[in-house]
Amino acid sequence: MLAHGHDHDDHAPVEEDAKVHSYYWLLGIAVKELLIEKGIVTPDEIRRAIEFRDSITPATGAAIVARAWTDSAFKQRLLTDGSEAIGEFGLNMGGTHLVVVENTPDVHNMIVCTLCSCYPRNVLGLPPAWYKNREYRARAVREPRRVLAEFGLEVPEEVEVRVHDSTADMRYLVLPMRPAGTEKLDASELAEIVTRDCMIGVAVPKAP
Amino acid sequence: MRGPHDVGGLSAGPVDQTPHDQDHWEKEIDALNQLLAQKGYRKTDENRRAIENLGHDAYNTLTYYERWAGALARVLIDKGVLTQDEVDAKVAAVRARLARDAA
Amino acid sequence: MGGDFSPGTRVRVREDFPLGHIRTPVYMRGKEGVVTRRLGRFPNPETLAIGRDGLPRKVLYEVRFRQADLWPDYAGGPADTVDADIYEHWLEQI
Repeated sequence: MLAHGHDHDDHAPVEEDAKVHSYYWLLGIAVKELLIEKGIVTPDEIRRAIEFRDSITPATGAAIVARAWTDSAFKQRLLTDGSEAIGEFGLNMGGTHLVVVENTPDVHNMIVCTLCSCYPRNVLGLPPAWYKNREYRARAVREPRRVLAEFGLEVPEEVEVRVHDSTADMRYLVLPMRPAGTEKLDASELAEIVTRDCMIGVAVPKAP
Repeated sequence: MRGPHDVGGLSAGPVDQTPHDQDHWEKEIDALNQLLAQKGYRKTDENRRAIENLGHDAYNTLTYYERWAGALARVLIDKGVLTQDEVDAKVAAVRARLARDAA
Repeated sequence: MGGDFSPGTRVRVREDFPLGHIRTPVYMRGKEGVVTRRLGRFPNPETLAIGRDGLPRKVLYEVRFRQADLWPDYAGGPADTVDADIYEHWLEQI
């Protein structure tokens, strides 16, 4: 379970918290067992849903970025209609829509969901814990450059830092700029320098 | 005036970049969430509303997946897919079973 | 309120605080921005949230805000922006 910090002034003592956490853990198990007993879900379906989730990782997204860097027609398709273009990798967005936003010398993109944790899971896998937590969600829209600095990224003042708050059904993926010094790398070598954080927009790829 | 989830622009501390892998319980909650949406038992926005309605104390006490587990139970009970009685009984049964297994 | 906004239209986010499931964050209410894209029609999350079918669909717009217009003491770059996807019934043409 995740550690969390919050203001204890008006809050119950920590022992009460432990009982609450224990209750919610039991509640999750109870709901699962009831749903199985009623035939609403099967253990097999649960297993397969977990496998599906685990099958998508940041490497999935990195391959898409690497292809966009090496195939300009694909890049155009990706920027025009991300949901459609990822079909070429056998991927789909389910009920949401993928919007790929391109970093340029003038614009650096950064993605957040201030209201919850919307994230392009079908392309990147699960979001990191920090993306879902209060600090990132509160500060990414308010002081993005200070947040980027915590990630070790400084963006020149004249470059526009554009923060996308995923408030509806669009899910955003950053297409980073291909760094200089990578001209001789093939697509699979390029994919290796594209980290999850580059596609969220808190990092940029580095030539090896 | 904000719900506990509407945090854009509020003051907050440094971003804790410690990685946290999902444990098995969290994976199962995530899977149930996916399956129930796919099967049409409840909509994503119904789930979000249940989480937003937790109130500040609950929202900030519960972990991310605990909020999902709570919302799952609440929405399914509200829609009549489960009853509060059977959920309560099952929680008691699971608690007792785990206590026996540990003994 | 509502209406069909073409890209480039200046809009203001309604400064209202209804209860319920709202996907327009409080930090942008009452703020002015520019429509950059018309994203299409989608079921309304506010009514989906209470178990209804979300119809009639609402037009969704991508709206761009200057950071300097969102926060009086914004200390980042002068060109910095926030983009958000906002439903038509939360926008007023200026």
